[in-house]
Amino acid sequence: MTPDFITPVLDYLLLAPFLIVLGAACVGILVEAFVPRGGRFYTQVVVSVLGLVSALGVILWRWGSDGQGLIDPWKDNIVTGTLIIDGPAQVFWTIIFGFGLIAVISFAERRVHAGATAFTPTAAAIPGSKAESEAAQAGLIHSEIFPLALFSMAGMAMLVSANDLLMLFLGLEILSLPLYVMVGMSRHRRLVSQEAALKYFLLGAAASAIFLFGVAFLFGYSGSFAYDRLVETITFTSGGEGLLLGGIGLIGVGLLFKIGAVPFHSWVPDVYQGAPTPVTAFMSICTKAAAVGGFLRLFYVALGGFRWTWQPIFAGVAILTIFVGAIIAINQKDIKRVLAYSAITHAGFILVPLVGASTMDTGLIDGQAGSVASIMFYLVAYGFAAIGAFSIVSLVRKQGHEITDLSAWAGVGKRNPFVSVLFVIFLLSMAGIPLTAGFVGKFAAFAAAWQGGFAWLALAAILGAIIAVYIYIRVIQVMFFTEPDEGADEVELAVPGVATWIVLTVCMLGTIGLGLVPGPLLELLQNASAFIIPAK
Amino acid sequence: MLEVYTSIANTGLFPYAWLMVVIPAAVAGLLLICGKVTNSFGHFIATLAPIASFTFAVIYFVELLGYPEMERAVNLDFYTWIAAGSWQIDIGMLIDPLSILFVLLITGVGSIIHIYSIGYMAHDPNRRRFFAYLNLFIAAMLILVLANNYLVLFIGWEGVGLASYLLISFWQERPSAAAAGKKAFVMNRVGDLGLLMAAFTMLAMFSSTSFADVHAGAPSLSVGWATFIGFMLLLAACGKSAQVPLQAWLLDAMEGPTPVSALIHAATMVTAGVYLVVRAGVIFEQAPAAQLAVAIVGTVTLLVGAWIGCSKDDIKKVLAGSTMSQIGYMMLAAGIGPAGYAFAIFHLLTHGFFKANMFLGAGSVMHGMNDDVNMRHYGALRKLMPITFITFGIGYLAIIGFPFFAGFYSKDHIIEAAFHAQPALGVLALIGAGVTAFYMTRLMIMTFTSSSRWRKEVHPHESPAVMWIPLVLLAIGSLIGGMVLNGWIGSWLSSIGAETPEHMTWLPEITVIGGITFAVVVLGAVLAWLVFGRKPVPDEAPEKVSIFTTIGRNDLFGDAVNDYLVVKPASLLSRGVALTDEKGIDPATEGTGWLVQAIGDKVRLIQNGYVRTYGLTLAIGVVLIGLALVLSRLV
Repeated sequence: MTPDFITPVLDYLLLAPFLIVLGAACVGILVEAFVPRGGRFYTQVVVSVLGLVSALGVILWRWGSDGQGLIDPWKDNIVTGTLIIDGPAQVFWTIIFGFGLIAVISFAERRVHAGATAFTPTAAAIPGSKAESEAAQAGLIHSEIFPLALFSMAGMAMLVSANDLLMLFLGLEILSLPLYVMVGMSRHRRLVSQEAALKYFLLGAAASAIFLFGVAFLFGYSGSFAYDRLVETITFTSGGEGLLLGGIGLIGVGLLFKIGAVPFHSWVPDVYQGAPTPVTAFMSICTKAAAVGGFLRLFYVALGGFRWTWQPIFAGVAILTIFVGAIIAINQKDIKRVLAYSAITHAGFILVPLVGASTMDTGLIDGQAGSVASIMFYLVAYGFAAIGAFSIVSLVRKQGHEITDLSAWAGVGKRNPFVSVLFVIFLLSMAGIPLTAGFVGKFAAFAAAWQGGFAWLALAAILGAIIAVYIYIRVIQVMFFTEPDEGADEVELAVPGVATWIVLTVCMLGTIGLGLVPGPLLELLQNASAFIIPAK
Repeated sequence: MLEVYTSIANTGLFPYAWLMVVIPAAVAGLLLICGKVTNSFGHFIATLAPIASFTFAVIYFVELLGYPEMERAVNLDFYTWIAAGSWQIDIGMLIDPLSILFVLLITGVGSIIHIYSIGYMAHDPNRRRFFAYLNLFIAAMLILVLANNYLVLFIGWEGVGLASYLLISFWQERPSAAAAGKKAFVMNRVGDLGLLMAAFTMLAMFSSTSFADVHAGAPSLSVGWATFIGFMLLLAACGKSAQVPLQAWLLDAMEGPTPVSALIHAATMVTAGVYLVVRAGVIFEQAPAAQLAVAIVGTVTLLVGAWIGCSKDDIKKVLAGSTMSQIGYMMLAAGIGPAGYAFAIFHLLTHGFFKANMFLGAGSVMHGMNDDVNMRHYGALRKLMPITFITFGIGYLAIIGFPFFAGFYSKDHIIEAAFHAQPALGVLALIGAGVTAFYMTRLMIMTFTSSSRWRKEVHPHESPAVMWIPLVLLAIGSLIGGMVLNGWIGSWLSSIGAETPEHMTWLPEITVIGGITFAVVVLGAVLAWLVFGRKPVPDEAPEKVSIFTTIGRNDLFGDAVNDYLVVKPASLLSRGVALTDEKGIDPATEGTGWLVQAIGDKVRLIQNGYVRTYGLTLAIGVVLIGLALVLSRLV
C-alpha cells in the first residue's frame, strides 16, 4: 500500500517567526563575510536583535489578531505532517526567542570587558599561543556568536514544534552544534572553556546516539516517524512492547540529557562553568525550554497512551534531580557551579508537573491546574532569574577578569548595593520566596502535580524546595555578611554598560511583576496550553 | 464554632486598610532606594509610618466596637493572585477581633520601639538601614496577621523571617551576629515547610486556603487529615515561636540590636505561632492528638525556657529564655482549646507589654554600661538609673504574676484552665510560675540591687528622654493592661471561637489554684533572694556549678541535639553525595585551579578520562531507566 502524496499546506505567516530567525542567522553569516571589520560587530547586533524582535512581533501579532488576545488551538495551527504550530509551540517560541533576545543583548555588553566582549578574539588560536596574545592586543572582536545563537534558536524552535521523530532529532542537532562552538569561545580561561566545549560535544554526541537509537526502536514499533502513527499503534495494537519500551527509555534519556536531569547531568556543572557567562545564561533557559518543550509534545501527544509506564519512572528522576542538585550545590565553591547545580534542581522542579499531568493529550482538564501551563510559567520565572543572575555574575571582577570563586565574593554586596540587591531578588526568586515569580512558578508546578494525582511527589518537591533555599541563602550570606580576607586582592563590581542595564531591568521587572500579579500570564498560558493531536 | 464573616459591609474607611501595610513598606523601600539622601531624616519618616498604621488600627478598632459581638469582621478581597485550576488564591485581608488586636499590638508597641530606637541607634552609622528593616518588618508582620488566607499569611510569614534575618545580622562585623542570623533563617525554614505542607493539604481538601472556606469545611474533615494539617501547623508554629524542638535560634538571635529583640523576638514575631494555632483552632478541634501535642509542646517549652533563664548571666539571654517560656504558656493555653484561646491571646498582649518593657529596659542598662550584657558586671544600678529601675520593676512584677499587675491576670487564667483541662499540665505550669519568679528575682538582684561590680571606664547613667519615655509608656501597659483587659477580652474574642467564663471583671476571682499559684511565686522569689541576695554576687561565673546550671548554660544542649540529629547527618550526606559526584565523576571543582595553568597533553589525557567517566554515568543511567521500565512491566 503506498500512501497518496498529500501536498503539505504551508501557512507561511505561521511559519514566519521560525523562518525569520533562520534567515537572520544566514544574513549574519553574510555579514561576517562581507561587512568590513569596523562595523561588523554592531551590524551583527542589529541583525540579530531585529530578527528576534520581528519574529516575536509576528507571533504576538497573530496572537492578538483573533480579538481575544488568546490562541484558539483549533484555528491557529498548521499541520504539515512534520511541524505543528499550536498554542504550546507558539508559547515556547515566545519563550525561546524572548529570552534569546535578552541573552543576545547581554552578548553585546562591552563596557564591562573594557571595550572587548566576553568572547575570544580568535577562537582558532591555541590558548596561550603568540597568535592569541597578538589578537588580544590588536583588540580584535569576533562576532560569530550572534549567528551561532540564532541558528541554535532556530533548532530550538524546530524541536518544540516537531511532530515527527526525525524533525525532533534534527531540531536537537541544530540546537546543539552551534552551542558546542559557543561554549568554547570564552575570552578568559580558554582552556577551561575549550575543555567544557569538548566535553559537551562528546557527551552530547553520545546522548544523540542514544536518542537516535530510541528513534529507531519507535520506528520499528510503529513503522513511521510520525507522532500520529505512534498514537494509533499504541491505541490499537498489542504486542511489540519491547520495542516501545526501549524506544521510550532511549529517547527519554536523550532529552533528559539536554534538560540536565540526574543521572544525565554530569556535563552541566563543567559546561556552565567553562562557557562564557552570557552563553551560560542563554543555555540555562533557552536550551532547557526547548528540550522541555520537545519532551512535553513527544510524551504527552505521541506516548501519552503509555503514560502509566513512564510516569513513575520520571517521577523518580524528578525527585533524584531535585535532591542531588540541591545537596551538591550546597558544597560548591564556585558561583557558576552553584548556579549550575541550582539549574539541575530547577530541571527537577520542572519535571514534577510534567509527571503529574492528569490527562496526557493536553495536560489539561477543566478546573485543574494545567501541567503544560505551569511548566511554561515556571520556565518564564526561572528564565528571568537565571539570565539576571548570570549577568551579574559577569560583573564581579578582579584585575579585569571575571572571578567566580565564591570565597572571593565575600563582601561584594557592599560594593554596589543596588546591583547586589538585584542579585538577591533573582536568588530569592530561584529560591521560591513569595512575591517573586519563582514562588508562583513553584506553586503552580506543585499544584499541577498534586491535582494530577501525584500528591506525594508534590510534598517531596516542597521538601526539596525548602532544602534548595539554603543554596541561595549561602550566597547571600557570603555577599553581604562575610568580611573579605585580609590582604586579599580587591574584588570590584564592574559598572554595567547599557546592554547589561537593559537585561537587568527587564529581568527585575519580570521577576517582581510576575510575583505580584501572575494572574494574566497564568490565564494566557492556560488558554494556550492545549496540544493539537493530529488525526486521532 | 464558626467564624462569622462579611457581617460588616466593606465601606467607610475599611477599603483603605491596605494602607496600613503599604505605608511602612513604602517607607522601607524609600529608605533603601534613596540611600544616603535620607540619612538625616529617614528615621523620622520611619517612625511616623507605624504611627500612621496605628492610627488606622485605632479607627477600625473603634468601628468594630460599634457592632454586635458576632458581626465584627470585615473581609476585603483585592485581587486574584494565583489561579491554578480550581485552586484559587486571593490577595485579601480580614479585619476581625483577633487580627485587630494584633495590629494594635504590632503598630502600638512598634511605634514605641521606633521612638526608642531613635535614641538607641543615634550613633550607629547604619541607622537608616536599621529603620528601613524595622519598617519592612512591620509591613510583613501586618500582612501576616491581616491575611484572610493561609497562603497570604505565608507571604508575611516569610517576610518577617527575612526581616528578622536581616536585623539579627545587622551588626554584621561581628561573625557571631552573621552566624546567628543564618541559624535563625535555616531553622525557620523547617517551620516554613510545615506551613507550606499544611497550606497545600488545605488546598487539596477545600480548593482554597481562605480562612472562611477552610474553617467552614474543617468540621467535616476526616480526623486523619485534620491531624496531619494540625501537626504541620504546629511544626510551623514551633519554628517561628521558638518552641521545643526548634527553640535554639532564639537565644542566638539576641545578637541583634536590643530594640529588635524587644519588638521581633519578644513582643510580636515570635508570637506568630500562637496566632496561627488560635486562628486554625477549628482544625485543631477536629484533631485532638494535634491539640494535645500543642499543649505538651507549650508545657515542655515553658519549663525549658525557664530553666535556661535561671542559668544565664547575659541579661538578654535570660530575657530570651523567659520569652520562650512565656510563649510556652500561650501555646499551652492555645492547646487547651476554646477554653484557652482568649487566655492565650490575653497573655500574648500583656507579655507584649511587659517583655518589650523589660527588653528596652535591658537596652537602657546596656546603654549606660558601654553595651556590656553580663549581669555579673552590673549591680546597684537602681540609684543611678531610677526610671529604668522603676519601669523594669513594674515589668518584673507583671511577669512573675504579682497581684493586679498585667501578667497576674493572664497567667493565672492559663494555669487555672490547664488544671481544668489536664491536671498534670497544670502542675507543670504552676512549677514554671515559681521558676519564673526565681530567675526574674535573680536578674533584678544582679542588675539593680547588690553591690556594684562595674568594669573600669564604665559610668552608668540614666538614658535620654527619647529612650525613657517609651519605657514609661510600656510600664503603664504592664501595670494596668491586665486589669483593663480582664473583663473584656473573653467576650471580645468570642466570635473567633473563644469560650470563656462570662463573669470576669477587673477584680480577680479568688480561687484555690490562684492562691496556690501566688504562694509558689512568692516561694520562688524568696528562694532567689536566699540564694543570690544575701551574699555578694561573684564577679566571674563560678566554674563549679551544679549539673542543672551546666545544662542550663548550654541551652539544654539544644545546639548539640540539633548538631547530632540534623546538622551532622545532613553535612555527611551532602559530603557523601558530593564525593561520589565530585571526586569520582565530577572532579572539576578541585581541578580547575591547576588545570588552568597546566598546558599540554597531560591535561588532555586526564580530561579524556573524565569524559569517559561522564559517559559511563550516562550509560549507567540508561541501564537504570531500562531496568525501571522493564520492572514496571513485570510488576
